[in-house]
Amino acid sequence: MSKSILIVDDSASIRQMVEVTLKSANYQVTLASDGQEAFDLCKVKNFDFVLTDQNMPRMDGLTLIKSLRGLAAYRMKPIVVLTTEASDEMKARGKAAGATGWMVKPFDPAKLLQVASKVLG
Amino acid sequence: MSMDMSQFHGVFIEESQEHLDEMEHLLLALDPTSPDIEELNSIFRAAHSIKGGSGMFSFDALITVTHVMESLFDKARQGKFNFSSHIIDELLIAVDVLRKLLKSYAENTAIDWALVNSATASLEVILDPDCRPEVQDDKKGYGFFKPLNSSNKESSKHEEVKVEDDEGFGFFEPIGEEKTTDKEEDFGFFVELDDNLSDSNIAQQEISNNQDDDFNTEADQSTAQADDSTDQITSYSPQTKSASPSKSITETKTKADTSESSSIRVDIAKIDSLVNLVGELVITQSMLNLIGDEITGVASEKLHSALSELERNTRELQEGIMSIRMLPMSFVFNRFPRVVRDLSKKLNKKIDLTIIGGQTEIDKGLIELLVDPLTHLVRNSLDHGIELPEVRTANGKPETGVLTLKAEQKGGNILISVLDDGAGLNRDRILAKARENNIDIPEHPTDQQVWQLIMAAGFSTAEQVTDVSGRGVGMDVVKRNIESMGGRLEIFSEKGLGSSFQIRLPLTLAILDGMSISVGGQIFIIPLVNIIESVQPQSAQLKFIGNEQVLDLRDAYWPIVNLSHVMDLEPKSSLITEGILVLVETNNTRFALLVDELIGQQQAVIKSLEQHYRRVQGVAGATIMGDGSVALILDAESLALKIDESLKQRVEYDN
Repeated sequence: MSKSILIVDDSASIRQMVEVTLKSANYQVTLASDGQEAFDLCKVKNFDFVLTDQNMPRMDGLTLIKSLRGLAAYRMKPIVVLTTEASDEMKARGKAAGATGWMVKPFDPAKLLQVASKVLG
Repeated sequence: MSMDMSQFHGVFIEESQEHLDEMEHLLLALDPTSPDIEELNSIFRAAHSIKGGSGMFSFDALITVTHVMESLFDKARQGKFNFSSHIIDELLIAVDVLRKLLKSYAENTAIDWALVNSATASLEVILDPDCRPEVQDDKKGYGFFKPLNSSNKESSKHEEVKVEDDEGFGFFEPIGEEKTTDKEEDFGFFVELDDNLSDSNIAQQEISNNQDDDFNTEADQSTAQADDSTDQITSYSPQTKSASPSKSITETKTKADTSESSSIRVDIAKIDSLVNLVGELVITQSMLNLIGDEITGVASEKLHSALSELERNTRELQEGIMSIRMLPMSFVFNRFPRVVRDLSKKLNKKIDLTIIGGQTEIDKGLIELLVDPLTHLVRNSLDHGIELPEVRTANGKPETGVLTLKAEQKGGNILISVLDDGAGLNRDRILAKARENNIDIPEHPTDQQVWQLIMAAGFSTAEQVTDVSGRGVGMDVVKRNIESMGGRLEIFSEKGLGSSFQIRLPLTLAILDGMSISVGGQIFIIPLVNIIESVQPQSAQLKFIGNEQVLDLRDAYWPIVNLSHVMDLEPKSSLITEGILVLVETNNTRFALLVDELIGQQQAVIKSLEQHYRRVQGVAGATIMGDGSVALILDAESLALKIDESLKQRVEYDN
């Protein structure tokens, strides 16, 4: 059974791009447009990997990660945060929130697949 | 892997346009002296989103401008930056530049880099007035956001990305065999993934760390209030800050947030073809009804109940499909705060814009057609209607004029009004101008008739042609545009108090409920919304006022319009008492329409007559009946014009 991935981004074009990319590699993809929506989805569904944007309305990425780490099912799930900056401060904040890793925007589809295959093994 | 990124451009361009609209909207409502942190966050997010997407799709011109904008709003939301109305002007200009760039990318035309550079430069000056900064902030990883020159923008961009963002991601802790963490990589992991991830001790430790963490982000505080505002009245004020603008913005934002996740974008052509199909279905339905009438016996009863079931479903299907095409009027109205702001500045006038009923829904096709006429009317009101502050004060009015845009649903119509509290139309000047331009003037014209004159071809009362409203496009064009949508433009004006321009449009363009009637062997449809009741008149009820016959019904006089005269047909009987009077109410008058007989109620699919033939007085369109014949749909408003003006007044008076 293919692995399921949750994509969280407030930009429809990025969601679409990520979705098409991951589906082309036979992953199951679910989309959420902000942290709150993603969190609500995660409460009822068990995704294998969550890839979230940082800057979003309602709930941002790091808050989502913090919230997800409070759910038993997501304590150990890989969660990667998309960020426009890879500063040490940003990394520290990501780590503190409980993120598994980070990925800089913009990225190309190949990198996305690389990250997905790494975390999903 | 390689992927054709251009397949995502459409969505990106559409969402960026929405972000720009939102940015403009927020900027217009922003109070320069004490900007709302939530509003700043929203603008920041809009700039950030456009930049993020542009990065993905290598839209360098957009990146260049949005990057500086983003930095500016980032600074602003940290309170390190002071706005002024000049800065807001500059930012609005930048939004316009972004719109142009987006258009260039959408249409694959050349990017105007001179425009990009000048917009970027003026934003940089705002961002840091003391020195001309080089923008870059390499340690933040924004290296590729440099203004790129036009000749080698593609290559330089890619080079830089390659140099800096080698992997495009990175891990904090090694994964699998990969045991090193390269700080230059663009992704990373905080714990070792393969074995350690399943080690609950480490994970637990991570979690407890997190809980100790005092982790704050802007969004935490900013999310809470977004949900409860449902204000119907939206008010924009370029000069003064009132409580409502921020509320209205919250409202639209909430809508956007919630709708995005549960909606899909559909090509309008697909919906149009559904609308056409439903139209055909309605015609088929009436064919079946006719056949049903011919059948007798037990089968007939069964058939009839099945037919009425089918009719109900067809109607619901039709309503459902029409509602897909509906959009709130705010789609049009939301462009006017900017127009009013820019124009009032240019004209040295003080004007507040009030928007009422922005949530009123209207057919998408009409929305697009409404933009031009409404813009014209708004410009007219600002330029000719509302007076200069001095003049207003001298006349004992408040210095600031009020322009109101209002949309409401009335029966089967949408009423859109542009109201101002300005000087009102000048009767004498209009008459003089009409004479000068050899426009036909009725004898002893009523105010209504005088106002109609400004919609005559080649009429313009502006003493001098201004670049605001005197563009050679007159009210006649506005009127024609509105009529081509099946609508009507009405003018009300009171000297010294203001004017009101009302556009009345049919709610939907496709299907209406009507009453079919016959005159001289021909069938016509009267829209049900216009009909009050129908009576067979007694001779005692028929009276004369002057030479005109009227119906005296329950102490009210109804002028009689004889449909057989209007349509030049031979009625079944020349006696009114042998016919039927259908009492019809229109926008501003009511009358009794004399017909031979009533046939029955039915849905009619409107087919344009103009498209296939030409516009006919008194007729709104045509429809195809169940038996395949064509019937004309009557237009009550223009039939009302047949009533003698003096009689109309006397009837009104007597009532």
